[in-house]
Amino acid sequence: MTTIIEAKNLKAYYITQAYGVERTVQAVDNISLEIQEGEVFGIAGESGCGKSTLLKVLLGAFEPPLTVVDGTVEYHFDSERINALALTDQNLRDIRWSKVSYIPQGSMHVLNPVRRIRDSFYDFITTHQQVGRRESLEITRKYLADLGLPESVLAAYPHQLSGGMRQRVTIALATILWPKLIFADEPTTALDVVVQRGVIQLLKEVQQREGSTLVLITHDMGVHANLADRIAVLYAGKIVEEADTRTILKNPRHPYTQYLIKSLPHLDERAERVSIPGRPPALDNPPTGCRFHPRCPLAIDKCRTIDPDLITVRPGHRAACHLVTEEVIHATTA
Amino acid sequence: MTLLKEFILPRLLQWAMVIFVGVTITFLIPRLSPVNPIDQALGRLTAFQNVEPEGVLALRATLEDLYGLGGSFFDQYIAFWQRVIRGDLGPSFSAFPRPVNELIGAGLPWTIGLLGSAVVLSWVLGVVLGSLAGYFPHRLWSQVLDKVLIVVYPIPYYILAFVLLMAFTYYLPIFPLVGGAKGTPGLNWDYISSVLIHSFLPAVSIIVGATAFRFIMSKALASTETSSDYVTYAEMAAVPKRKVLFFYVTRNTMLPQITDLALSLGAIFEGALITEVVFAYPGVGSVLYNSIISADYNVIMGITLLSIVGIATASLIVDLSYPLFDPRVRFR
Amino acid sequence: MTTVRDLFRFSPSFRYGAAILIVVAVLVILSFVSPYAPDKRRAVPRNEPPSAEYIMGTTSTGQDVFWMLTFAIRNTLIVAGVAVLIGRSIGVMLGMISGYLGGTVDRVLSSIVDSVIVIPRLPLVILIASILRGEMTILTLAILIGILDWAYPSKRYRAQILTLREREFTQTAVFAGMNTIKVVVQEHLPFLIPFLLADVVSGFLFAIGFEVTLSVLGLSDLGSQSIGTMIYWGNYYQALLTNRTWVLAAPIASSVIIVVGFYLISTSLSTYLDPRTRLSRMQVKG
Repeated sequence: MTTIIEAKNLKAYYITQAYGVERTVQAVDNISLEIQEGEVFGIAGESGCGKSTLLKVLLGAFEPPLTVVDGTVEYHFDSERINALALTDQNLRDIRWSKVSYIPQGSMHVLNPVRRIRDSFYDFITTHQQVGRRESLEITRKYLADLGLPESVLAAYPHQLSGGMRQRVTIALATILWPKLIFADEPTTALDVVVQRGVIQLLKEVQQREGSTLVLITHDMGVHANLADRIAVLYAGKIVEEADTRTILKNPRHPYTQYLIKSLPHLDERAERVSIPGRPPALDNPPTGCRFHPRCPLAIDKCRTIDPDLITVRPGHRAACHLVTEEVIHATTA
Repeated sequence: MTLLKEFILPRLLQWAMVIFVGVTITFLIPRLSPVNPIDQALGRLTAFQNVEPEGVLALRATLEDLYGLGGSFFDQYIAFWQRVIRGDLGPSFSAFPRPVNELIGAGLPWTIGLLGSAVVLSWVLGVVLGSLAGYFPHRLWSQVLDKVLIVVYPIPYYILAFVLLMAFTYYLPIFPLVGGAKGTPGLNWDYISSVLIHSFLPAVSIIVGATAFRFIMSKALASTETSSDYVTYAEMAAVPKRKVLFFYVTRNTMLPQITDLALSLGAIFEGALITEVVFAYPGVGSVLYNSIISADYNVIMGITLLSIVGIATASLIVDLSYPLFDPRVRFR
Repeated sequence: MTTVRDLFRFSPSFRYGAAILIVVAVLVILSFVSPYAPDKRRAVPRNEPPSAEYIMGTTSTGQDVFWMLTFAIRNTLIVAGVAVLIGRSIGVMLGMISGYLGGTVDRVLSSIVDSVIVIPRLPLVILIASILRGEMTILTLAILIGILDWAYPSKRYRAQILTLREREFTQTAVFAGMNTIKVVVQEHLPFLIPFLLADVVSGFLFAIGFEVTLSVLGLSDLGSQSIGTMIYWGNYYQALLTNRTWVLAAPIASSVIIVVGFYLISTSLSTYLDPRTRLSRMQVKG
C-alpha cells in the first residue's frame, strides 16, 4: 500500500473582518491523515463539522477568508511529491482533472446553465489535453457510453436533465480524464433514494475501473457503509475517530461515533433509534477541552478542560477520547 | 407553444398595456390642467401671423381632438385615439402649415442613429467592463474604473453634456460646436465622416452615463456570478480564466441585463433628447426644444406620443430577443 | 446611532458623502443671512470675475454668484425634498398594497407599475410643464417631479415586502397570533426604514437631475433661484461666449458635487444593508 495524499497538523480557519468586527471560524483544527492508493476513504460527520472545508484544503482550492494557518498537505504521484497548499497555475493545469478531480456537492448548479453539456466537456478536456473539438467529442461520447449514459445528453442544456442525470453527467465530467484521486462531496445528498442507488453504483464503477482512490465525504453513514473501506469521523473541525468501515460500524469507541451509528436504521432489530442530544457547536467559539463534551453523556471533569489527543487504539484504529485513552493505558500497564 | 404562451404573449399584453396607459395619460394631462392651451396657442398664432381662416379652423379641430374640449369626455377620448392610430397630429403652428409628422420625421433618423449606437455601445461596454471588474475585483484598474464611474454615474445628463461641450468645443476646439453634419447628404466619405465627427460628442455624453449605470449593475451581477457553483467548478478544473470570464461569467451576467435594457431604454432616450438640445444636434430633441420655445403644443404632444409608442416597441423587441440568449426560456 | 458611527468609522464613501452634505447644509444655512435679496438685480457691479469681495464673481444682471448659489441650492433641495416625499409616499403605499394584499390586486398594480416604468418621463413632463408655463412655481415643479417618480420605488418596495413576508419571523409572528398591522409595524418596519433611507437618497439624485433639466429648457419657475435656473440665465446672457464662465461653473460644479455626495451616502448605506456584509458584521455571541 502506498500513500497518495498526506495531511499533517492541518489548521484552516475562516478569518473575516467587517466594520471592525473580526471573526475566526476554526473549521479545520489540527487534522492529520493519510489516504492510501486505491482505497475508498470516507469522511463522516454532521453538517457544519468542517467536512467541506477539509475537502477544499485537501484539494488546494481555498481562497480568503479561508486561510491555512498551519500544517501541510502533500500529493504523492509515483515518485513525485507535490505541495497541495501552494499550487502554481502550471501545477493546476497538470494535476487537476488528469490526476486529482472533484465531484461537487449539489450538482444542480455546477453545470453552466447556458452551455450545452458537450461544450462543458470540451472546456474541461481541452484545459488539460491538446485535442480538437471533434476529438474531445469522441472522448466524451465513448466515456458516456462506457458509463451507460445516453448520448442525447450531449446536446442538452443542464436544465433539460433530471437531477439524477445531472449528477451522473457531473460524475462523468469529473472523471473523464481518469484521475487517480477523486474527491466526492455529498454526491448523493439531494437525490431521491432510487436515484441514489444508481449514483452509488456509478461511483463504485468509476473507482474500480482504474483502481482510483475515492475520498467520499457525506453525512450519510448508509452511503459510507456501502462504499467506504475506511472512515474518519469528524466533529467540530477535528477527527474524533478513524478506522476501517467494519470497526466503525460494529465497534466504534468514541461516544460521538457510537451515537452516529445508533442513529442509523437497522433492518434486523426493532430497537429505538437514538438521536444525538444538542446541536453541533458554533466553530467561531468552540467549547473548551473536548469539543464534544457538552453533548457527551459520559463526559468527566477532564473532558471540560483538556483536549484529548488522537491516539492509536490498535493498528489502523485511532480515537480521540479521554475514556478510550485511559482504557488503552490500563490495558498496556495491566 | 409554451414559449409563445408563457413568454411572448404576456409581453405583447404588457406592450399594449404600456401604450394604453401612456396614451391615456397623455390624453388626460391637458384636460386636467387649469390653463386652456387651445385659446392660448391660437391667440399667439393669430397675433403674430397672418393665417387664412380655413387654416385656423383645421388647427382648432386638431387641437380640440388632442387637447380637446369638443363633445363629451368619452367622445374626446375616442377622437384622440383615432388620431393616434391614424398617426395624424395635424399641422404644426410654429411652422404652419407643415404637418407635425413631417417636422418630427425630419429629426427622427438623427435621433435613432444617435440613440441606437449609444444603446448598443453603452450596453456592450458596460456589461464587458462590469464583468471584468466583477471577476477581478482586486486589480488596480478595476478599482480605479469603479471609483471613476461611481462619481460619473449620478451626474445629470445635461450637466455631463454641457461640460463636454465646454471642454471639447470651446476650450479644446477639436470638435465642431453644433449641428449634425456639413455638406450635402449622400453616400460619400466626406458626408459620412462629417456625420461621425458631429455625432461623436453627443454620443459620448450619452454613452458615458449609460455605461456607468450598466457597469455598476454588471459588476454586482458578475461578482455574484463569480461565486456561483459553475464558475467555482470551472475554476477548480483550471479552465483558463479567459474562457471562464466569457463563457461562464459574462454570458450569465448578460441575461438579466437584457431585461433591464428593455426597462432603461426610456431613460437613455431622455438622455439623448437633452444631449441633442445641448449640442444643437438636429434630432427629435432639438425639434422638441424649438417647439418648447415657440409653444408648439402639437409637436410636443406628437413627440410625447411617438416616444411612448417608440420606446414601448423598442423595449418589446429587446425583451422578445431574450430567448435567443437564454436556453432555459427557449427550451422549456 | 451605532449605525452612523460604524459607517463613519469603516466606510470611506460615507465619510466623503457626509462631508459634502455638511458643506451643502452650511451653504443652505448661509442663504438665510444673505446680504442681498435673492432676486434683487444690480445689487453689485455687473460681470465681475471672482475676487476677494465677490468670491464667485457676479452675473450680468448684477447678482453675487456666491449668495445666489446659496439660494439656488436651498431651492433645488426643497424641490427635490418635496418631490421625494411625494414620489416615495405613492411608491411605498402602492408597494405595500401590492406586496401585502397579493393576488389579483398585486397582478393589476404590478402590470400598471411595469407599464409606467417603460414610459419615458421627460417628454411627459415637458408636455405638462409647457401647458403650465407661466404658472410654474417651485412647488408645482416639485409636485410634478414627485408624481413621476414612484414606479421604480414601488417595484422595489414590493419586492422587499415579498421577501420579508417569506421570512421565518413573519410566519412565527403570524402563528403567535399577532395581527397584520402589528407584524408590519413591529417586525417589518425596522427592515424597511433603512431601505427607505437609501432609496430616498437615490430619489434626490433623480429630482435634482430633473430640476436642472427642466430649468435649462426654460420650463420651470425662472423667476426663482435654483441650480437649473442659474444655468439657464447664464446661458441666456451668453456666459460661455462672453468668457464669463464663473457664472456657469458655480451651479454646474455644485450640482455635480451634491449628486456625488448623495450617491456616496446611498452606496455606503446599500453596502451596509447588504445581507452578506450584515452577517459578517454581526457581533459574535459567546
